[in-house]
Amino acid sequence: MAMLNFEKKYRVRGGTLIGGDLFDFWVGPFFVGFFGVTTIFFATIGTALIIYGASLGPTWNIWQISIAPPDLSYGLALAPLKEGGLWQIITMCALGAFISWGLREVEICRKLGIGLHVPFAFSVAIFAYATLVVFRPLALGAWGHGFPYGIISHLDWVSNVGYQYLHFHYNPAHMIAVSFFFTTTFALALHGGVILSAINPGRGEAVKTPEIENAFFRDVMGYSIGTIGIHRLGLFLSLSAGFWSAVCIIISGPLWTHGWPEWWGWWLNLPIWR
Amino acid sequence: MKTTALLSTAALTICLSLGLGGCKEDRLTVKQTGYRGLGMVQINETAALDAITARNQPPDPIDPVEKSGTPSSQVYQNVKVLGDLDSNELMRLMTAITQWVAPEQGCNYCHNPENLASDDLYTKVVARRMIQMTQHINADWTKHVDGVGVTCYTCHRGHPVPANLWFSNSVAEAHGFFGYSPDAKNHPGSLIGLASLQNDPFTKLLDYSQEIRVIGNTALPQEPERPSIKQTELTYGLMMHISKALGVNCTFCHNSRSFFAWDQSTPQRATAWYGIRMVRDLNHNFLEPLKASFPPERLGAGGDVPKINCATCHQGESKPLNGASMIKDFPELAVVGK
Repeated sequence: MAMLNFEKKYRVRGGTLIGGDLFDFWVGPFFVGFFGVTTIFFATIGTALIIYGASLGPTWNIWQISIAPPDLSYGLALAPLKEGGLWQIITMCALGAFISWGLREVEICRKLGIGLHVPFAFSVAIFAYATLVVFRPLALGAWGHGFPYGIISHLDWVSNVGYQYLHFHYNPAHMIAVSFFFTTTFALALHGGVILSAINPGRGEAVKTPEIENAFFRDVMGYSIGTIGIHRLGLFLSLSAGFWSAVCIIISGPLWTHGWPEWWGWWLNLPIWR
Repeated sequence: MKTTALLSTAALTICLSLGLGGCKEDRLTVKQTGYRGLGMVQINETAALDAITARNQPPDPIDPVEKSGTPSSQVYQNVKVLGDLDSNELMRLMTAITQWVAPEQGCNYCHNPENLASDDLYTKVVARRMIQMTQHINADWTKHVDGVGVTCYTCHRGHPVPANLWFSNSVAEAHGFFGYSPDAKNHPGSLIGLASLQNDPFTKLLDYSQEIRVIGNTALPQEPERPSIKQTELTYGLMMHISKALGVNCTFCHNSRSFFAWDQSTPQRATAWYGIRMVRDLNHNFLEPLKASFPPERLGAGGDVPKINCATCHQGESKPLNGASMIKDFPELAVVGK
């Protein structure tokens, strides 16, 4: 396979975390590495088990296939394969694959000599997933608190778990998470708008520089965060959204069992207006 | 250095989860009510459940009495509802009612001590109607109270005025300022779990029979009867109230993927459906007609009678008084008297 002229610079030995030179090679354009192998291992088994689970179920409708966790009565024990055991193994495979992929990203970063921003960002997504299917079930004492693996069924779970707390919009961490999600999209829209404007000038005009972008935001709102700053801000906003999502669900149940509106009793009882 | 920080973060996270998990056994009571993975689960603090159970103990049983063989109508005067009841059993019921409703005030809370038969005191008039209401509930609303039934104690709990009653918010609403009326909406409501929905879903939904369901029977568009957000929040407020009154969350009755679909709801939803109709019936046909009998201090700011909602009986439990059968010792309260 042809190699791009700048690829030679990246195809350097070393930087692996584990396995030394054993898996330090490329297949076509793809770096393999020890964690590439484990990713393929876990992803293949997990996917095969999902297909097996689907074959046990009542439907092949892609929307309705669901691999459900065990009944709560199994607690933190292993369940029979067809009674949620599949879900447990698939969860292990998923975590194995996600974490492997994250560590593969670390190895690539080390090869390139760049910071670990990308694997760090991905690790927040892994953390959010692990919160849903590992940390919260552990805290509540049963794997059955995890969400089912299905396109529609996991949404049903989200809905019902929300309504376990009567009105989830009153969950303070949910409020923060939602605010970060919206702010992320808002920031991306502003950033995308200014970049597209700068690089698509009118016919016959030169492409604009970041100084123009800065000038635009200084005019509009008195401040421009700058070219690197906007990407740091974007990373912060989006990772915060994922992080607070994890917080809002792990406190629901383990730390708060009532309706979320009632949590605000402390606010209503502040001495200044009680 | 980096590795150490990473490892200690991971260790901290795991310990935290295990720590919470470790105390879960005692601290939380968890009950699954739907298919696995569906999220239909009741999670409660065990201590809070114990406190609710302790607070809702059924009253002390009252010993049966030997029948006199004479109906009370032949022994006492002005017995309009329980005339067919054996006179000894009437005395027993009167004693029970005193314990249930006015244990401190005693017989004279309702009866004129000079003439027990007289209807001088408004409390006696109200009490008579309430006995009829109790009979009506037990005889005609079995779909809601079947097997358990209610007595005066279910609501009164030893107090002449039950703790959980409601009055219409119409006055507060009328005093709003350009649509903003803090007592009526946009402000946390104590009867609806502190949600800032409309604070009085009861007037429209538990007194007047406005439609509770806001999800349409047809696909969009749902013209011309498209329910408004205001109506939807009214319904949400009522449902918040039911949850708090019964000490359960929404998934006790509903699979929230489809609130309206009966074939996806739990059997409890049907019980609740009859309960809502029962409350409407009682508010409309028993409490409101008593308006003339109540003294002004018993009426609400808008001059309306005190009315009931789910909390009046349930008081934090899905089965009032821990599910104890209330009428097995008082069969006279389970038939509609004359």
